[in-house]
Amino acid sequence: MSKLISLSEAIASFVQDGDTLYAAGFTHLIPFAAGHEIIRQGKKNLTLARATPDLIYDQMVAAGCARKMVFSYIGNPGVGSLRIVRSALENGRLEWEEYSHFGMISRLQAGATGLPFMPMKQTAATDLEKANPRIKRLTDPYGGPDLIAVPALNPDVAVVHVQRADQNGNAHLWGIIGEQKEAAFAAKKVILTAEEIVDETSIRTDPNRTLIPGLVVSAVCHIPKACHPSYAQGYYDRDNQFYLQWDQISQSLENTQSWLDEWVFDTKDHAEYWHKLGRQVHNRLRVKPRQSTPVNYGEY
Amino acid sequence: MSPLAYSSSELMIVNASRLLRDGDVVFVGVGQPNLACNLAKRTHAPNLVMIYEAGVIGAEPARLPLSIGDPTLISGALAVCSMYDIFSFYLQRGCVDVGFMGGAQIDRFGNINATVIGADYSKPKVRLPGSGGSQEIAAWANRCYIMTPHQKRRFPEKVDFLTSAGYLSGRAEREAAALRGGGVQAVVTDLGIMEPDHSGELVLTALHPQKTVEEARENTGWPLKISDDLKETTPASEQELAILRLELDPDGLYLK
Repeated sequence: MSKLISLSEAIASFVQDGDTLYAAGFTHLIPFAAGHEIIRQGKKNLTLARATPDLIYDQMVAAGCARKMVFSYIGNPGVGSLRIVRSALENGRLEWEEYSHFGMISRLQAGATGLPFMPMKQTAATDLEKANPRIKRLTDPYGGPDLIAVPALNPDVAVVHVQRADQNGNAHLWGIIGEQKEAAFAAKKVILTAEEIVDETSIRTDPNRTLIPGLVVSAVCHIPKACHPSYAQGYYDRDNQFYLQWDQISQSLENTQSWLDEWVFDTKDHAEYWHKLGRQVHNRLRVKPRQSTPVNYGEY
Repeated sequence: MSPLAYSSSELMIVNASRLLRDGDVVFVGVGQPNLACNLAKRTHAPNLVMIYEAGVIGAEPARLPLSIGDPTLISGALAVCSMYDIFSFYLQRGCVDVGFMGGAQIDRFGNINATVIGADYSKPKVRLPGSGGSQEIAAWANRCYIMTPHQKRRFPEKVDFLTSAGYLSGRAEREAAALRGGGVQAVVTDLGIMEPDHSGELVLTALHPQKTVEEARENTGWPLKISDDLKETTPASEQELAILRLELDPDGLYLK
């Protein structure tokens, strides 16, 4: 049965106020279109989990969607500070729970594989362990040194963007694959957005590339260019200029609010947002093809 | 700028690059560490393998990467894996020789703070980005290097928050923790190089040309010891500067 629906329908049906949300993608394939739709629909009190909150969560915090942040690195990648999240944390307006990258990703790995926690080796940097009571010591049952345990993360909803998927949510992705698969398997519901919707036969030509199977996916949405200002490998480049601009915009509440009004609230969907960016930006982000050598699966 | 005049950033990048050995597997960050690694690869360490925490192994970036997840790191790389894989199979397993670290504070024993400024974690005076990959890199890479401008506020006697372990309260404590990695081996600044002594304390072991011991002392937050065998670093060569300026960072984004 096809799971193909509009993004507004997917967000309305599968994201509830108060949910824990994981918008996947380590600098690549960040699902901005879904983030913007969550803002448009005025979702509230969300716990936003992501290794790197990035601009997507800065914007969602600015729009008042969030109650809490779960993270391992808050920065504007390659630019500097993530101003809105940072000031919300400094002023006590946002609760938070913090891990290292490995801790955060291990939490998803536990959640994705049905385990209650994941062990990690110690690092001797114990201040985070003291600051976050959910990070525990664990005795090695085989007699080795103590280990660190982090609890499984099972978000209510994960949003994952991919290059191509069929209408059932069987998805191909490549390039930086971050924590996409782990987030999809860890979450109770998965909203998948895709650059292209292809036939199942096309997915079946390259089954090794199917990192996310349809069986864990709740909804599939066809959203080309969904990641801007992030990128989709082979489809369009990262808009570094926007990351730099956001550093300016986010310095004032007023400018942030007018940006949200103009680019999120006053655009009806992501297609309109992309169109509004204009031809110059589209051309700047265009990328020349670089094909891989095809693999031969064999006819059996 | 005459050909052999160079900026503080260029000086740090060139000196950091010389610390890398041919065949090293390096956990690279964007910005200056990325330039140091690419420079080493084009000069004395052609077999350097660059790993990025985004899950890229053997990257050969065709343009200057502007973020840790720049798509240029992927095209032409040897392998790409998930974040869980890069931190577990590669780093925790022990496949990484060198890690480059940064942080707002680096203390007397090479401990790093990238989390909060102020005594109270729950009410931070300044909220910094947090660990990212650095907590584990500092513990498990065989050798760690730090590049940072030499300023008193960056080099306090003791970090406000221990994000990543240097030698803790001294080399003995790190050894007792039985971490696989050897810890910070050198801190490259715009004044010179500090290295840990037998106790794990960072001492000044080299000065860049025209820099003075007094400058280094004034800009360090603890009574800085000077090595008996204080050296002067070799100036950046024409070749090194040409590679940085013409090939690696033609717009000078990280060289100023």
